[in-house]
Amino acid sequence: MTPDLNLMSLFIGSIFTSNILLANFLGMCSFISISKNMQSSNGLGIAVTVVLTITGIINWLVLNYILIPTNLLYLRYIIFIIVIASVVQILEMIIDRVSQSLYMALGIFLPLITVNCAILGVALFIEIRQYSFWQTLLYSLGSGIGWWMAIVLLAAMRKKIEKSPIPETLQGTGITMITIGMMAMAFIGFSGMLTVQ
Amino acid sequence: MSSAKEIFKENLWTKNPIFMQVLGICSALAVTNLVTNTLVMTVGVTLVTAFSSFTVSLLKNFIPSRVRMIVQVLIIAFYVIIVDIILRAYAPEISKSLGPYVGLIITNCIIMGRAEAFALSNPPLLSFWDGATSGFGYMTVLMVIAIIRELLGFGTLLGYPIVPEGFTPWTIMVTPPSAFFLLGTFVWIAKIILKKQGAEI
Repeated sequence: MTPDLNLMSLFIGSIFTSNILLANFLGMCSFISISKNMQSSNGLGIAVTVVLTITGIINWLVLNYILIPTNLLYLRYIIFIIVIASVVQILEMIIDRVSQSLYMALGIFLPLITVNCAILGVALFIEIRQYSFWQTLLYSLGSGIGWWMAIVLLAAMRKKIEKSPIPETLQGTGITMITIGMMAMAFIGFSGMLTVQ
Repeated sequence: MSSAKEIFKENLWTKNPIFMQVLGICSALAVTNLVTNTLVMTVGVTLVTAFSSFTVSLLKNFIPSRVRMIVQVLIIAFYVIIVDIILRAYAPEISKSLGPYVGLIITNCIIMGRAEAFALSNPPLLSFWDGATSGFGYMTVLMVIAIIRELLGFGTLLGYPIVPEGFTPWTIMVTPPSAFFLLGTFVWIAKIILKKQGAEI
C-alpha cells in the first residue's frame, strides 16, 4: 500500500513534525559532537542534506528495480550501506575536482556522513513506508533540511549556554541533552497538524 | 592489557558508552518508550557488539588496514541481518514495532567504536567480553530510562498495568522530548556520583 499523502505536507512534515533528529533520534552522534562549532555545523548540515537527497533516490531505485524484482530484500542493509559509502566517496572526488574552496568547507565532513545513522535511517523508512519516487525525493530532501536546521539552531544555543553558569557536572552532554529536549518539544508541538506516517 | 574484571567495571560505570562517551544513542532512544522493545533492542545490540568484536579480533591479522572500516561494517551488517531474521521469525510483532531501528544497529557507533578501539589490538575472547560488557552498560542506562518512561507514560510495565486507578498518564513521557530530558538528567546524576568518587569527568 502506498500511503496517499499530499506531497507538500510530507515535505513540511519531514522538516518539522517528524524531524529526523528530534522525533526519530537519528544522527545524534555527530549532532552532539559537531554542534560545538557554528561553522562546522553549517557545513555538516549542508553535506548531510545533499548526501541524504542523493542516496535516498539511489536507494529507492536500487530497492525497486534491483532488490525487489530479484527477491534479495534480506540483503538490503548491506546494499544500502555500500550505496551510501560509494556515493559519499564519489561526491568527495567530484567536489575535490570542481571546487577547492567547497572541498575545504565540506570535504572533511563527508567521511563522517557514511556512519551517520540519519542517512541509513531515511533509506529504511522509505523502504518500510513504501514511498513513491516523488515522495522519496521530498521526504529525503525535507529530512536533510530538518537536520540542517536543527544542528544550526543547537550550535547557536550552545554558544550562549557556554557563557552561562551551569553546574560543572551538568556541563557538556547533560545540558546539551536537555536543550535538545526543549527544541524537540517546540518542533513536535505542531504534530497534530501533519503526519508523515 | 587490562583484566576482565577491570573491563567490566570500566564499560559498566567509569567509561560507560552512553554517559561517558556519548556513543550509540542514535538508534536506541527512539525505542525507550516501552520496556519490551528496549529489552529486545539492547539485547540485540549487546549480541552484535560481542560477536562482531570477537570476529574482528579473530580476523585482525588478515584485514589490510586500508580497508578495515568497510570490512568491519560488513561484519557488523552480517550479525545485524542474523538478529533481524531471528526477530522476524520469532517475534514478528516486536520486529514490526521496532521498524527501521534494528537495521540501524549497523550504524550504532558503540559497535564500530569497540571494534576499532579494542578488538583490533586484543585477543578474541577478551574482545568478546569487552563487547558484551559495553552492550551491558548500554542496556542498563536505556532500561532505566525505559522503565521511567513506560511507568509514567502508560502506567504499565512490560505491558502489565501496575499503577493504581485514577493515575493520569504523563503524555510527555510518550513523546520523544522526554527521552532527551531523562538522558540529560541521568548523565548529570551519574557525573555527580563519579565526581564524588574522584573520577575524571
